[in-house]
Amino acid sequence: MNMARQAQERIAIMGDEAVALAVKQSNVDVIAAYPITPQTIIVERLSEYVANGELDAAFIQAESEHSALSICVGASLAGARVFTSTASQGLALMHEIVYAASSMRVPMVMAIANRSLNAPLNIHCEHGDVMPERDSGWVHLFATNVQEAYDLTFIAFKLSEHPDVQLPVSVNLDAFILTHSVEPLTPISDEDASKFLPPRQPLYSIDFDNPATFGTMALPDTYMEFKYQLKEAAERAGQVYPEVAEEYARISGRRYWYFNSYMADDADAIVLVLGSTYGTLKTAARRLRESGLKVGIVGLTMFRPFPEKQLVELLKNAKSLIVMDRAYSYGGLGGPLYMEILAMLYRNGLRIPVMNVVYGLGGRDFRLDEAEAVLRMAFDGARRGRFDEHVRWWEVRA
Amino acid sequence: MSSQTIFYKTPKDLPREEWFASGHRLCAGCGAGIAARLVFKAIRGPTVVVNPTGCVEVSTSCYPYTAWKIPYVHVAFENAAAVASGVVEAMKILNKKRGKKIHDVIVFAGDGGTFDIGLQALSGALERGHNLLYICYDNEAYMNTGIQRSGATPIGAATTTSPAGKVIPGKQERKKDLIAIAVAHKIPYAATASISHPLDLVNKVRKALEIEGPKVMHIFSPCVPGWRYPPSETVRIARLAVETRYFPVYEVEYGKVKINIRVKEPKPLEEFLKVQGRFSHLFRPENAHVLEALKKAVEENWERLVKLEESGITL
Amino acid sequence: MSAKRIVEPVIKGQFTYKDLPIAAMIPVPATSLEYKTGVWRTRQPKIDHGKCIKCLLCWVFCPDAAIKRLEDDSVKVDYEYCKGCGVCETVCPVKAISMEEV
Repeated sequence: MNMARQAQERIAIMGDEAVALAVKQSNVDVIAAYPITPQTIIVERLSEYVANGELDAAFIQAESEHSALSICVGASLAGARVFTSTASQGLALMHEIVYAASSMRVPMVMAIANRSLNAPLNIHCEHGDVMPERDSGWVHLFATNVQEAYDLTFIAFKLSEHPDVQLPVSVNLDAFILTHSVEPLTPISDEDASKFLPPRQPLYSIDFDNPATFGTMALPDTYMEFKYQLKEAAERAGQVYPEVAEEYARISGRRYWYFNSYMADDADAIVLVLGSTYGTLKTAARRLRESGLKVGIVGLTMFRPFPEKQLVELLKNAKSLIVMDRAYSYGGLGGPLYMEILAMLYRNGLRIPVMNVVYGLGGRDFRLDEAEAVLRMAFDGARRGRFDEHVRWWEVRA
Repeated sequence: MSSQTIFYKTPKDLPREEWFASGHRLCAGCGAGIAARLVFKAIRGPTVVVNPTGCVEVSTSCYPYTAWKIPYVHVAFENAAAVASGVVEAMKILNKKRGKKIHDVIVFAGDGGTFDIGLQALSGALERGHNLLYICYDNEAYMNTGIQRSGATPIGAATTTSPAGKVIPGKQERKKDLIAIAVAHKIPYAATASISHPLDLVNKVRKALEIEGPKVMHIFSPCVPGWRYPPSETVRIARLAVETRYFPVYEVEYGKVKINIRVKEPKPLEEFLKVQGRFSHLFRPENAHVLEALKKAVEENWERLVKLEESGITL
Repeated sequence: MSAKRIVEPVIKGQFTYKDLPIAAMIPVPATSLEYKTGVWRTRQPKIDHGKCIKCLLCWVFCPDAAIKRLEDDSVKVDYEYCKGCGVCETVCPVKAISMEEV
């Protein structure tokens, strides 16, 4: 497929393939990964591109995910543009190095095919794999459809390598629902991709002529200051993101923001979500709006750093909120997004009734009629000024 | 490239440059310190060292002090071979795409980060055939965390997690054979060396760097507090290890074993053991069976190497 | 940038997170030279240059590079870093080095 000629022409493509295409067009230097369902297509396509000479990169299949990410850290320190991908158990196995990568301020992009964590073993869509990584300092972006998974990959590389950021970035796409679904994609041309992403210019790298020591041990006298650097960098990523997204908008015609929203500006009831469920909610919301219910929805594109200011601005006039989580913090107050929203509302003086709907764990389907039911429930909460429960596990046989 | 080429004939041939500087915090008399000094005398150009967590790492790269004059990378404990693989491949592709200078990549890892937790990454790197030199400095226990037993601890040795107890007198399991594991991956070169024989060591490092592909070296590095002996004895003990056949010095080139130091009349193993506190319990009559087991292990190891060399078999 | 610029603010405790290199990297080689390990020792080597045959074994074996090799291949102890381990005394083939109490 000659992408240069077919630029701006829509094609039908699977989510995983779209990510692989974006990585190819991003002129990566090193790819190191370990296969895990349902990310396998990403690494298989990339190895095909390399084997056929379509992508000039080193493709390394590591012997485990922990080593895959370690290879990426080494390669990035050597100055390469690096990509990896994983899901679920693989991400959990990488966990130690996930923290090392962000704390060592190593630019790279990882596509995560969000899948549930063992046990029980389950290969289907859930956000429980990336949530344990939210404290790491990585930038976490979420795609709601295949086009977004593709576009966000370019944005991720640019954001990651930005001199004011220098952080690894994840692009999250729902297992099977996005990874294996064929959807329409309007790609950018190879030429536009190379203009947006010229070869990486590392701020610092392994260089015998300028020898540096990377990955030192820091004692209590300096450790906190190094972590403060990480805090600042993570927050700065949020400030740099709009300019990167703006530049991407100029070449693609598609503008990305901290979140997608539909009819949220004047909504009485708003439902918040991460990932592909946004699409289902949008169809349901459109129908309910047609019947006169003032509902709205928000799908976060940037989850870390958390876009507090912009979300508060959007949500402050809502009369009720339902936060949908496709993950849970067992023994905690609810799902991770719900807890974040609660904290955000409280410290901004917003006493809006909030409810947590925990859904779709282990890939359990969330249908259009269920989306409508959740929106109606949100609207009902707005009407009554309260919800009857804090957390509901949707349609669980309890 | 003849395997007989000697790069350094006498100590005077060793370069003056100290790529591994003073001011590091390794113990006085540390075998690993001697190993590091020697290894980095043999670099041949731009080189980067990848070092997993361990004695050398914490003592030579604690912010704001670094003892390294060459680029240095530490990431974690068990992934040095993986990190090094990434460095090697990145340099190769960046050299091809943008003319970046290729650096020799040397992993300098303890037995802690190699024999056990680091074995998977090492195996993966060897199987993938990256052009790197993996050097294990072996002080036969997890010394950095307080002398706990490792897969490199010999049978009978006392460590803090295999103490010389009344019921269990020291480690009851045999030492893993790192070179055999490495060679099972069909790599072009693997070798052992002892800090007591510095010219043999540096020549092997340099020779290995000249070979394309994955190479493994296993360097015997005595530890003052872990093995319990006075700091001045480090080199003597390393020499005794060789002279008693406890630590054979040999190479395996393309699967062919070559014993470099033919110990014709080995000193009795007791001479090596008695100068180290970690073996003192083996001299009690009730532990004689453990001493015998260790002696047997040393003998079997030597015999096996001699047979492999004589048979000319390709491993 | 000099090693002192990296080391001194930490010793004095006078720095903010902005003054430190990114991610705890050390962009200057061999800053350990600022740390004089000589204060560790309780004994120190004395070289008898009359006996010394310039074999350089003491220079080869010192774990701390605290025996300096001079232009003419004679050797000199660097007392700033010598930890007093005594390896040099044991490896000298002509007993030209003796460890003395500090």
